Amino acid sequence: MSAQPETPRFPFPPSSVPYDPAPEMRELMTKCPVNKVRLPDDSTAWLVTGFDETREVLIDQRYSRALVFAPGREVYGVETTLADGMIAMDPPEHTRLRKLVAGAFTERRIQALRPRVAQIVDDLIDKMRAGPRPADLSHSFSLMVPASVICVLLGVPITDVDLFHKWSNVIFGDWSRPRDEIDEAYAAMSAYMSELITRKRKAPEDDLISVLIDARDSAGKLTEDQLVQFCIGLLAAGHETTANSINMSFVALSQYPDELARLRADPGLIPAAVEELLRYVIISGSGFVPLARITREEVCLGGVTIPAGETVLPSFNVANRDPAAFDDPNRLDVGRTPKSHLGFGAGAHHCLGAQLARMELQEAFRGLLTRLPGLRMTVPMSELEFREGQAIASMRELPVTWDDA
Amino acid sequence: MTWRVAVDARLCISSGMCVGTAPDQFRFDGSQHSSPVRALIEPDDRVRDAAAFCPVEAILLTDADTGKPVPLDE
Repeated sequence: MSAQPETPRFPFPPSSVPYDPAPEMRELMTKCPVNKVRLPDDSTAWLVTGFDETREVLIDQRYSRALVFAPGREVYGVETTLADGMIAMDPPEHTRLRKLVAGAFTERRIQALRPRVAQIVDDLIDKMRAGPRPADLSHSFSLMVPASVICVLLGVPITDVDLFHKWSNVIFGDWSRPRDEIDEAYAAMSAYMSELITRKRKAPEDDLISVLIDARDSAGKLTEDQLVQFCIGLLAAGHETTANSINMSFVALSQYPDELARLRADPGLIPAAVEELLRYVIISGSGFVPLARITREEVCLGGVTIPAGETVLPSFNVANRDPAAFDDPNRLDVGRTPKSHLGFGAGAHHCLGAQLARMELQEAFRGLLTRLPGLRMTVPMSELEFREGQAIASMRELPVTWDDA
Repeated sequence: MTWRVAVDARLCISSGMCVGTAPDQFRFDGSQHSSPVRALIEPDDRVRDAAAFCPVEAILLTDADTGKPVPLDE
């Protein structure tokens, strides 16, 4: 199918407000929930921005993840590292792999982990309070909270955080990230993980990597490559997303002083505020939508007919700003209590670590707002610098200061 | 053996995990909460998987004869 001349080029230049959708995206949303766009490789795709329509794409099995990785079809950015993994499969294959780890991320297991996460948060804040001001919230806190937790769960030494964070940063590439850079980072992370797996094979521990090794060695449930990829995926996705979410959520809250004051006055609002931040804050600023789907058959979506075999981009971040789903969607309201949002996606691929991320965000903001009085950015939002070529917006640093207790 | 399937609407956050995993066994009702297509079913691994995967553990799966919970980790 050839692109029409008026087909907009996607991705759009990012918004000057880093947690907002690009202005072009907002304009497109007002026209139609499903829009044809032209991608950098000149192919076309259907960008879905409506809330109900995005949900439908994510849940309905007529939209396939596996077909994204069909032979001969090009993939870009972080998608190049996902083939053969759980996120590149449809049910029932996907279900078989997800089962291996789902038990570690249930609500009960996550709540049992909460005191340990609270301790990690408090220790990091003690360190910040004992250190100089201004401090870099991004490296000293936002990264370290989820990285420490996923290291505990997987059995990875937290002392390697700078090493694996550097690789995962490159792996989470967008359209513009050269393939060989991603390949190189992935190869380095694979070598690191294979060595760790070799050690744990000899001396299994009470951690998820050992569980996955056993699933391969005793039950043949995955290949060696899948084992390595699974562990890399858990380590990378387990910290990169939440780290940037803490950063960007704090930046967004800083632009709403009344909302921030409300939270400080009543920390009981923090769980509701976290849900609202998950709805409101967009961390995929580049507009790269990594979890594309391919239509298995002709579908009708939001009144638009899409033929079989077409690329569909469910823009779940942006769909959370659909006025058809939320009143005054572009306003951050920590008392909103949105029960259902697409911050973690939906359907069979609904974020495995959703409950973990929620709990980490709750504990992180409890610590930041109750133990660092008057915590604030020391640079205006317009001066924040983001790393280039990231599918998930990644700040170089987030300078903050606070008052004496 | 017969299983009884129920979804606790107070807990359900409409993640769609169950509908995505077993589309013929779960659906969204008008209020956007998931509900079982049939309350009584023959044992079905996908329903058990969906119950195990639900992020808020809102799916209640019991043996219809004894009323005991069906183990989710088999």
